Amino acid sequence: MSEICAAFDEIAGLREKNAITLKVAKDRGRKVVGTYCLFSPVELIVAAGAIPVSLCGTSPTPIPAAEKVLPRSLCPLIKSSYGFALTDTCPFFHFSDLLLAETTCDGKKKMYELLGEMKPLHLMQLPQVQDEAALEYWVLELKRLIGRLEEAFDVKITPEKLAAAILLLNEERRSLKALQDLQKRKPAPISGMDLLTVLHNRGFTVDKREAIDLIDRLTAELTELSEQGISPFTLKTPRILLTGVPVGIGSDKVVRLVEELGGSVVCFESCGAYKKVDPVQPGKDLLRSIAQKYLRVPCSCMSPNKGRLQLLEELVREFEADGVIDLTWQGCHTYNVESFTVKRHLQETVQVPFLQIETDYSESDTEQLKVRIEAFLELIGTRRGGRP
Amino acid sequence: MVAAGIDIGSTGTKAVIFDGEIRASVVVPTGWDPKAAGLEAYRQALECAGIEADEVQSIVGTGYGRVSLPIFDRKVTEITCHARGAHFLYPETRSVIDIGGQDSKVISVDAQGRVAEFAMNDKCAAGTGRFLQVMAGVLDVSLEQLGQLAVGATPVPISSMCAVFAESEVIGLLARGTDKGSIAAGIFHSIAGRIQGLAGKVSLSHRVTFSGGVALNRELCRAIGTSLGVDMCVPQAPQMVGALGAAILGYEA
Repeated sequence: MSEICAAFDEIAGLREKNAITLKVAKDRGRKVVGTYCLFSPVELIVAAGAIPVSLCGTSPTPIPAAEKVLPRSLCPLIKSSYGFALTDTCPFFHFSDLLLAETTCDGKKKMYELLGEMKPLHLMQLPQVQDEAALEYWVLELKRLIGRLEEAFDVKITPEKLAAAILLLNEERRSLKALQDLQKRKPAPISGMDLLTVLHNRGFTVDKREAIDLIDRLTAELTELSEQGISPFTLKTPRILLTGVPVGIGSDKVVRLVEELGGSVVCFESCGAYKKVDPVQPGKDLLRSIAQKYLRVPCSCMSPNKGRLQLLEELVREFEADGVIDLTWQGCHTYNVESFTVKRHLQETVQVPFLQIETDYSESDTEQLKVRIEAFLELIGTRRGGRP
Repeated sequence: MVAAGIDIGSTGTKAVIFDGEIRASVVVPTGWDPKAAGLEAYRQALECAGIEADEVQSIVGTGYGRVSLPIFDRKVTEITCHARGAHFLYPETRSVIDIGGQDSKVISVDAQGRVAEFAMNDKCAAGTGRFLQVMAGVLDVSLEQLGQLAVGATPVPISSMCAVFAESEVIGLLARGTDKGSIAAGIFHSIAGRIQGLAGKVSLSHRVTFSGGVALNRELCRAIGTSLGVDMCVPQAPQMVGALGAAILGYEA
């Protein structure tokens, strides 16, 4: 990838570079707010003049340290996030002045109690239903966050700053959507692993404007390559849509295996990817508009979570996916249970082959996963009339 | 057209020669060297069929060891192969339960013998041949004897699915004087329960084929059939179904 695409190369090196940029910004007096989840209303952080950064939680490395405190059977994402904090190996956690967290799943909210002992942490009480009453409550939670940010950083969040933040973040969503929509082309211009690298590293950027420009440049370069017919895949490559739990670099085993075994991950429905591109629809009441956007995130912690079924159905059609893989982490009850509903819904609507994979960050089941994923790709091949 | 299928499993390596009919079918232990086992099974199968290697036009490999042999024209997963092999033996079959040495699978098959969907056990020996081996070891009997012990016995509940925990549970039962027959029957019920859980994930038809080496154990076949409420078709040589499917896939290509 890197030899033919300069923008990709630049993004691949972002994580290391950004840790340094962040330190420089800190030294100049900028405040940093670390986030873990797509439910964090980043507009408020930006409007407070602080730098929002994603915190590490996708590597297996700090899990043994976390298991000294947390149960082994807990989901690897929670253990990794906590382990990074405990071992002080995530530079972004290290430089954070405040952590922003939400009551999403049970494992996370109890872990946040422990995390709050290490750093100032603001916990937002996220409603788990998406109706009017929940929205009223969520607006109050946003107001409470504004209070905390204003007090902690001695700033005033004005409507003007809020409007500017909405514009900037919608612009970011636009650029991320354009990049991912490129994968609707046949064959997809970029591998799922490369796309994941871009989406993952982008989360650690300090200057949003700069990151948006970089993503736009990448999209332009990839469009050009695709027009020239350059792609790592062929028209025969099975197109896979990956849904389920968050994935990133370090927890990319399933993406890697799918592509090693001859598939192409064309779309990630997960929260770091396509769930993220839904913009704020600014109305008269800006705070309410922001609250609406975040409350409609189709995460499995919501009950019911019809939005995910609808989004998946649309994405399968738009990306012309040949198969859906639902990745669920061990110990992630909400996604594991919801897998049944997702499978049934897809069978009743788009009738696309479906495979659930329950695993963790370790490599211990790689051989087993290979058999399953390869058989799944064979199944897709025979459905299209080819030989297995 | 003569085709060969070689299935290198964790315990046994199987080879089938097929030319529209099964010409030879051979099993050798996999041992520590899957490559040598694959070549040996193939050599024996050729000898048994009375044909020369250059008469074989297609060699398809399957099973965990399929990556280790350079002679394969093609490699196909055991899931696809078991489906195809079961369809050849029982064209009306729509589900296959395959229990091998280190994993168990439930496969749903369409009218053409193609995989519609499948479920596979997680990274653990529960409900696999390995589990049976460990249990037979604790009772100090062979796998065949384990089957005979269970005939007519009332199963004692064995709650642990994990091979390690079940081992301690069985040792406890023996210490309390529970007879071996009831324990053997209990072990089969435990595996049947595990397969039932797996079968719940794919649509299971009433035409079920039981394949894989574990299906050699008739008592276990009965226990699983009863717990699922289905009649099971058990081939004469259930452990050969994967290799047979591999050979057929090569023959048809």
